[in-house]
This record gives sequence, C-alpha cells and structure tokens, in this order.
Amino acid sequence: MKILKYTFLFLLGTMLSCSSDDDTTIEQIVTELDGLNKVQEIANDTHVIELYSSTGTLEQGFNGISLRIKNKTTNEYEKNATITWTPVMHMAMMMHSCPKSEIAKIASKETLYNGYIVFQMAQNDTEYWDLQVDYTIADVAYTATAVVNVPASAKQRVTSFTGSDNVRYVIAMIEPTTPKVATNDVTFGLYKMESMMSFPVVDNFKIKIDPRMPSMGNHGSPNNVDLTQSADKLYRGKLSLTMTGYWKINLQLLNNIDEVLKGETITETTTASSIYLELEF
Amino acid sequence: MKNLYFIAILFFSMTSLFAQDIEVDTLKKINLKEVILIGKQAQLEQKQFKPLATIDEYLQQAGTVEMIKRGGYAWEPNINNMSTERTVITIDGMRIFGACTDKMDPITSYVEVSNLSEAEISSGQSGSCHGPTIGGSLDLKRSKSTFAKKGINGYINSGYEFNNQQKIIGAALNYVGNSFFIDNNIMFRDAENYKAGNNNEVSFSQFRKLNMSSTAGYLFNKNKYIEGAVIYDKATDVGYPALPMDVSLAEALITSLKFEYLPLNSIVSKFETKVYYNTITHTMDDTKRPNVAIHMDMPGWSDTYGMYLNLNGKVKKNSFLAAFNSFYNLSKAEMTMYPSDPNENIMFMLTWPDVVTFYNGIYLDNTYVFNPNSNLKVSASLGNHFNEIKSTFGLESLQIFYPDMEADKSRMLKSLASNYNWKKGNFGFNFGLAYGERAPSISEAYGFYLFNSFDRYDYVGNPDLKNEQSVEGSFAISYKPSKFKTSLTTSYFHISNYIIGTPDASILPMTIGASGVKIYSALDYATLIKSVLDFETYFTNDLKWVNQFTYSYGKGSDDENLPFISPLAYNSKFQFKKRKFASEIGLQGNLIHTNYAPTYGEIKKPDYAILNFASNYTFDLNQNKLNLKAGVENILDSEYSTFADWNTIPRMGRNVFLNVNYGF
Repeated sequence: MKILKYTFLFLLGTMLSCSSDDDTTIEQIVTELDGLNKVQEIANDTHVIELYSSTGTLEQGFNGISLRIKNKTTNEYEKNATITWTPVMHMAMMMHSCPKSEIAKIASKETLYNGYIVFQMAQNDTEYWDLQVDYTIADVAYTATAVVNVPASAKQRVTSFTGSDNVRYVIAMIEPTTPKVATNDVTFGLYKMESMMSFPVVDNFKIKIDPRMPSMGNHGSPNNVDLTQSADKLYRGKLSLTMTGYWKINLQLLNNIDEVLKGETITETTTASSIYLELEF
Repeated sequence: MKNLYFIAILFFSMTSLFAQDIEVDTLKKINLKEVILIGKQAQLEQKQFKPLATIDEYLQQAGTVEMIKRGGYAWEPNINNMSTERTVITIDGMRIFGACTDKMDPITSYVEVSNLSEAEISSGQSGSCHGPTIGGSLDLKRSKSTFAKKGINGYINSGYEFNNQQKIIGAALNYVGNSFFIDNNIMFRDAENYKAGNNNEVSFSQFRKLNMSSTAGYLFNKNKYIEGAVIYDKATDVGYPALPMDVSLAEALITSLKFEYLPLNSIVSKFETKVYYNTITHTMDDTKRPNVAIHMDMPGWSDTYGMYLNLNGKVKKNSFLAAFNSFYNLSKAEMTMYPSDPNENIMFMLTWPDVVTFYNGIYLDNTYVFNPNSNLKVSASLGNHFNEIKSTFGLESLQIFYPDMEADKSRMLKSLASNYNWKKGNFGFNFGLAYGERAPSISEAYGFYLFNSFDRYDYVGNPDLKNEQSVEGSFAISYKPSKFKTSLTTSYFHISNYIIGTPDASILPMTIGASGVKIYSALDYATLIKSVLDFETYFTNDLKWVNQFTYSYGKGSDDENLPFISPLAYNSKFQFKKRKFASEIGLQGNLIHTNYAPTYGEIKKPDYAILNFASNYTFDLNQNKLNLKAGVENILDSEYSTFADWNTIPRMGRNVFLNVNYGF
C-alpha cells in the first residue's frame, strides 16, 4: 500500500511540476484562488479590493482573510502594494478595534495578500463592524472602507474577559478547523487589549485546556497538551477528542509565572470554567 | 513454580513405580478432555434428563467449565476459570468470533442443541489443535446423519418450561440415500422473564431464538466425501438483566464446505480440509430500559473467513496429526450516543476499530504408543497472528492514547506440549507439561472505552501488550474398580504477562456513572489451578451416587485474587432411574467466596447450598416413537446467586418442564 501511495504522490508531483512550466498569468491568478471564496468587495474611486476567506463569509472569532486589489482602470491586480487594515466595531457609545495580524503578500502568490482578524464580538441590529484598508502603491497612498458582515458563530470560537491582573484578554480558536476523533493540533491566538484600538499578542503565557462533553456526564479526554507560545507567536498544544459531538473546551489562562489569571479547574461541582471555547462536529 | 516441581517429581516417581509391570490391556486413554453429549437424536430422549435444555445448561455439567451468567441467555463458558479471551471456542473446528464488545454473544449462543452431537472440552494446551489457547478449547461438534441407516427420518419436538413460559418447538427432516444425505432442522424458543426463588421475577431476562441448520454430504466413492453445512441463528428481544443494555438482534450465518479423503495403503490415513465463512451481526438496545442516562446504539459485526487442512496418519507406533489453520476475521463495533438536546450532533465512536485478525499456523502432534498401557503425545504449533486496524478513524482514536501506534502488528505464537498416558486395569493416570502463548484479544488490544458493568470501569485496549505465555502442568489420576469410579484431575497454569485491566486515575471515564478508566496491562504473572475430583458409585442398579468437588485458585503476581475464580464447589446427587422414571436429588453449593477479588469489582458472596430435586417421567407411546418427559428443577424454589452470576443476578427458581418428542 505504501508503495502505491508514494507512486501516486510521485505522479501527482510530476504532473504539477509539468503544468507549472507553461503557466500563464491568468491561469496563475485563477489557481491563486483555489480553496478561497469571495466574501465581498470594498471599492474606492481607483480600486476594488476583493476579500476572500475559505468559506466566503466572515464570522465572530478568528477569520483568515485574503485580499487582492484590482485597478479599476487597467483591470489588473496590483502586485506591489503595502497594506494595513483596521477593523472597527461601531457601538452606541464607543468604537473599538480587535486583534489582527499584519497583512502581507504570500510568498508564492502574485496578487494575494493575507492576514487574519479576530472579531471578538458579533454584529447586531445596532452595532456593526467596518474594515478600513489603507494601502500604498508606488508611493501613492489610498484608502477604502466598507461595512463587513460579522454574524455570531454557531459555537463559541472566541472569548474575551478581564483577568485578575485587570487586563482585558481575547482568546480565539484558530485550529482545529476540521476537528477529528483523534489527537488534534490545537492553535489559539492570545491577545490583550492595550487600548481601544490596539490588541497585541501576549507573550509567554500558558493556556490550559480541559475539553468536556456536558451532554454526556461532562466527561473529559486524556492526553491533552496545554498551549504554549510557538515561534509564530500563536499558542499551540494538543486537543484529544474521543468522539464526535459537542465539546466544551474549558480554559485557564496562566501568566509567565504560572499564576492563574482567569478560569477554573473542572471538578465534580465546578462543571465548567468561566472561560471556554466550543467545538461541534 | 513450586507446585510444578512437585508434580514433576510425583510424575517421575510414579513412572518408575509402574514401569516394572507391563500388562497387555486395551489402552483407553484418560484424557484431560471432557465430552458433553448433547444429542444424537436417538440418544437424546433416552439419556438426557431434559433433552431440550439449552446448550448452556448442557455445558454447565462439565467440571472444568463455569458458565458466567448475565441473564437467562448466552452464558459465557469459562474453561479452567479462564474466560473467552484465553480459550478457543470452535464449531466443528471453525473459528468464529462474537460481535459484542461486552461478551453478550459467546459462540455457544449461535448454535442450538438440535445442531450438535457433543461438546468436547479440552483443558489447556490439549486444545491447541484448534488454535492458540491458554485455558483450553471447546469444540462444538455438529450432529449429522450417517450412511448406516438409509431412508427418510425426522422428528418433531416441543417443550414448555413453566418458570419463564419458555415455548420450544423444533423439527428435523433427514434423508439418507446411497451416497447422499441431507439433514435439516429448525428450532424455536420463546421465553418470558424467569422467576428466581420466592417468585421474584427477574426483569429483562426474556429471549427469543430461531435456529435453522442444514447439512448435506455426498460420497463420491468409498474414500472421497464432500459435505456442506449451514447454520442460521437469529435471537431477538434478548434481555440481559445483569447489564445496562439488552439485545435487539444477534444474528449469525455459519457456513462451511468440507472435503475428506481417506487414502488407501498410505501413511496418511485421512485428509480433511474445510473452507468456511461466518458472519455475525449484534445489536444492543437500551430503548426498553427505564431511566437511561443517555440513549445509545451499540452495533457490532464480525466476519470470519477460514480454512483448515488436517492430515492424520500412522507410522508404526506413531499416529500423527499435521494441520494448517488459517482464518481472517474483521471485527467492528460502534457506539452512537444521542444527546437529550436534539439539535446537538450525535456522539459517535468506534469501540472496535475495524480490526483484522489474520492467523496462519501449523500444528503437529504425534502419539507414540510404547505399549498397550502407555503412550506419549507430543504436540507443537507455530502461528503468525497479524492484526491491522482498517479504519483511519479508529486508528486516530487509539492514537489519542498511543501516539506512536501503528495500524498493524504481527506476532508469532508458539506452543509445545507433551502428555504421558498410562493405564492398567482399573488404574490410570495422565501427566502433561506444556507451554503456550496467546495474542491479546481485540478488546484487550484495541477496545476503546468499553464499559464493564461488573467493576464499572471503562476499558481501553493496549496495542503494546506482550503475548501471554503459559507454562502448564496437568495431572489426572483415575481408579475405576467395578464398585465405583473416581478420578482427580488437576491443571496448574503459570501465566506470564497475564493481561488484565488496571485503573489509570489520570483518565476520566466516558460512561456516565463509571468509576474510572482501566487500561489493559499485564501482571508479571498469574497462577491458576483447577482441580476436579469425581466420585460415583452404584448402590443398586437403579441408584447412583455422583459427587464432584471443584477447587479453583487464581492469584496475580501482585498477590491479589483474580476475578471469577470459583470458591470450593461441590455437587453431590443421588440419581435414581427405574424404567421410565428418573429422579435426582442433589446438594449443590459452594463455600464462602473467600478468594473473591475486590480489586476487580467482586463482592464477597456468601456460601450457598441448594437442595435440587428434579424428577422426570418418560411416556413412551406408539412403539417408542412418541415420548414425553416431565420434570421439576429446583423444587424447593431456592433463591441464590453465585460467584458466576454477573452483578449478583439471581438464578432461576422452581421450574417445571415438559419435553415431547415424536420421531419417525
């Protein structure tokens, strides 16, 4: 079986490398969008900014977002833009932003720029998110803004809370995107609210996890690995899911000297932590 | 080990003792073998007290067998106090594996007395010709017509048991021609809840079972013979009062095709090969139970393809058997739990992750006849036991516990046994020394959160388990003068890497209400002893006194008792038989269960003794063609339960039965 598998991979590899020989730009631009679906467009007088995600939607929580900028006059996609973005929540009494990454061109791509945004809350009837994209092409600065649609997620993928150190934190689930009955790689983003508009990554903390199934006696799972920060600043660990269904991932946030800032250990009487994320599959 | 040396010394001293006087006598082996006759139809009515008893009731008569009861149906036969992982159960040499993760369907539950002529129980390695075993083997032998009596024959029989309103109806129709025969039989049982002593009804102990079977044979010429056989068995609405779940369906199709060749003028006297296929579907059901914490479905499937090839032969004083055994089994079991919130996704897991067991082995034995009084049998086997998890889902599930685990694993299993037999006049003895190995069962190696309602732990398999290795010494002695018969058989097992679940407090249980999780691991060793003393004598031609004492011992290297080890048990009965009336009165019981195993969830059971009084009368009508037997069992209606009763489920109280047979 292994031989068969490797032969298949080898053939696949040769086929792919063959096709890249006679690439045309158009083909490449099309293939650049593989696995992506358009969310919406943000336009100004000169450009149309196309937003993409894997699902074609945005929602509360972590969102991996790709974008490209089309020049309205040439109909070509810009290849050398420097981009920043600012998502803003418009509430009745105030405005604030949310955790986000830089946005940069993906090395292997011609026109796509990539980053992520963690919407820690969903829109509602009166409150909404917009996204401002500032970009510079050939030393000329442009900007474009549009309202984006951020509905609540079916399950809790992000939590924001105030720790015992009086700092407001945001924890968002990045992985697993397709959970399995297995030991899953688990990735969270951990951010703190420095100001209304600044949510930097928190370094050297620890996120303890205790996945439970409240629908079945609140049983847990073995061999989970608590999340610690890896080189790319995200927090990674292992999440064991012993069956399909609804899992509540109870959390505890520990600072760099292992003090618990928020969250409780699960016991017979404490059946859930005050901070948690959810999965259902 | 000390005991082993003791036995060895005893053996050598005795051989020198008896080696001097050699006497010519027809050699009759006394074996570490028990044969329970079930029913050549002809013998059936005459010999059996209750001919239409279940197969489980028949097997219960054997001294080395303990039946673990989870209710009124599908008792689990333990041989030498060892459960089905450590034994091999076959039907006419065919390997079959139950499809239930909770042992609710031992192989014996897929056959019927109408299918069988006898059950052969071999202790320890003397059963290794059927496959790698530690405790022994149980081979259920099919009944079939012979070419001796030609024509059409058959029977219709029916029975009723008043205790559980069990209705039994069966029929057979056989045709025997010059070179062709076909046997067909069908049997149906339908029982309601049984009542323990004092009329206490045991809820969820009902069952219904339909069994059909056909065997057809064709004789090409004098020495070539081909035979096809099929058994279909379907049990529905089976209650398991000792367990949290019942069974809505247990269905088996067991098929085989056999070829026999008897070479003339050859060293090989018989060549026999069989190919077989069997498939089992087992569906657990909790929908009828009140107060179920969470409703769940637990179906299981087991398919086995197999073949064997046996060569029997004789060279001078040696008679030998060379066998090749091969089988491929695929076992799968699922568990689906339904949350009370219907909007929530179902919870699904694979409890047996689509596991292949592929076994190929050779077996050789040779019996050398020194003289008409003594012989020595030496046997050896070597096999490859290969497991593979077919399901990625299942493999990844288990990798939660064993991150580096691979899908497949191959093991070599060896056995070596020698058995010396001596008999002269009324006296005989048998001594054996053996070594055997077995691979972990599917549950032990690959089970995923299997709830054991006995110790209330969830069990998780361990693919890294070593093979269990057994060193075995056995000794049997018999003395049969004309006035009485007595025999003592003892088997001693020293089992290294004895597989058993040990609690892991760091892991949370999955089942609601479970005490924790046990991971299968191994004790350094365990020691088991089983000793059976039989004594019977005729007071008069009609009155017989039959006694049996059984001693069992089982302890692990951690000095803890092993579970399901019988306390000292006894059975003493007077059997009276005069013409058509038979009656027996007996005292059956065991001492207090001092060797109980609290570590494995056992509670100390008190001693019990029940006076069992049963009688039957045979009405022969119409020139023996129609006969009727009526009887009473547990006439004093004692309420009791023993170490072998799962979760202290009480046994059946007073029962009146009627069996009618009309043969033609």
